[in-house]
Amino acid sequence: MKSRNPGAMLDDLDLQILRLLQKNAKQTYSEIGNKLHIAHSTVYDRIQKMEERGFIKKYEAMIDPEKMGIQHITALMTITTDPKETEKIAEKLTRFSQVLEVATSFSEELVIGAKVVAKNQAELHSFIAKSIAPLPGVLRIRTAIVTKKYKEERFCPPERRLRERNNL
Amino acid sequence: MMFSSSRTLRNLNREEAFYFFTSIGNYTGQSAASLEEFLQKIKDINVKSLEFHLFREDFEKWIAQTLGDNKLAEEIKDLRVQKVVGNALRDRLYFLVSRRIKELKGPPLR
Repeated sequence: MKSRNPGAMLDDLDLQILRLLQKNAKQTYSEIGNKLHIAHSTVYDRIQKMEERGFIKKYEAMIDPEKMGIQHITALMTITTDPKETEKIAEKLTRFSQVLEVATSFSEELVIGAKVVAKNQAELHSFIAKSIAPLPGVLRIRTAIVTKKYKEERFCPPERRLRERNNL
Repeated sequence: MMFSSSRTLRNLNREEAFYFFTSIGNYTGQSAASLEEFLQKIKDINVKSLEFHLFREDFEKWIAQTLGDNKLAEEIKDLRVQKVVGNALRDRLYFLVSRRIKELKGPPLR
């Protein structure tokens, strides 16, 4: 029986290719092939399929604003909302260029988590006070300014987990 | 611009309302969309919020720029200059705003 889970269509080789691409998306098919001891044409075919299926959404450059001398701060916001308005608020947040990530989560209550950047604390506060607090349904906002970043990676399932799932 | 008591006492839209924070980015969920609502909110709001906004000059700016009342803004500025904090700040702020609202509304019609 065919699995309905699209992730089940990925095998260990696909995941190894994905991991290498996540480390460096500028690698050539040959470089990836050499590392995995497979033909570059196989790498090409696998990547094409993963792009077509939407498993690879896009390739992007991860810039380092500090090295570029761009003054900025990052903050993590937790917004408590009226549950009826949560979706609308989350959608509105995605439209601001200052907001890098938006997600809803549930612990004791449904909240929106968002990552925001601003030039400095004054600009951050002004943005939250003028653009986010006035949104209908916003009940409370907690903001923590990031002081040091220790890791920043995108998710990629480990090969072992995939094997275990497929055995189910 | 000429002073207008109706401008100071009007109801504001969401974008013009005053939003109470306790520190940078930490919104209490309380807002005031008129001077009278502002008066009610300062009775109960966390005193940390009053101190935060007083020393950022947020009250003065909102009252002068949005409500157009430079006289009240100046009186509140004095509280900042005198470094009034805690419940003394709450009491004096309440006194100044309530007195100004009475003044602007004028004596009751007979």
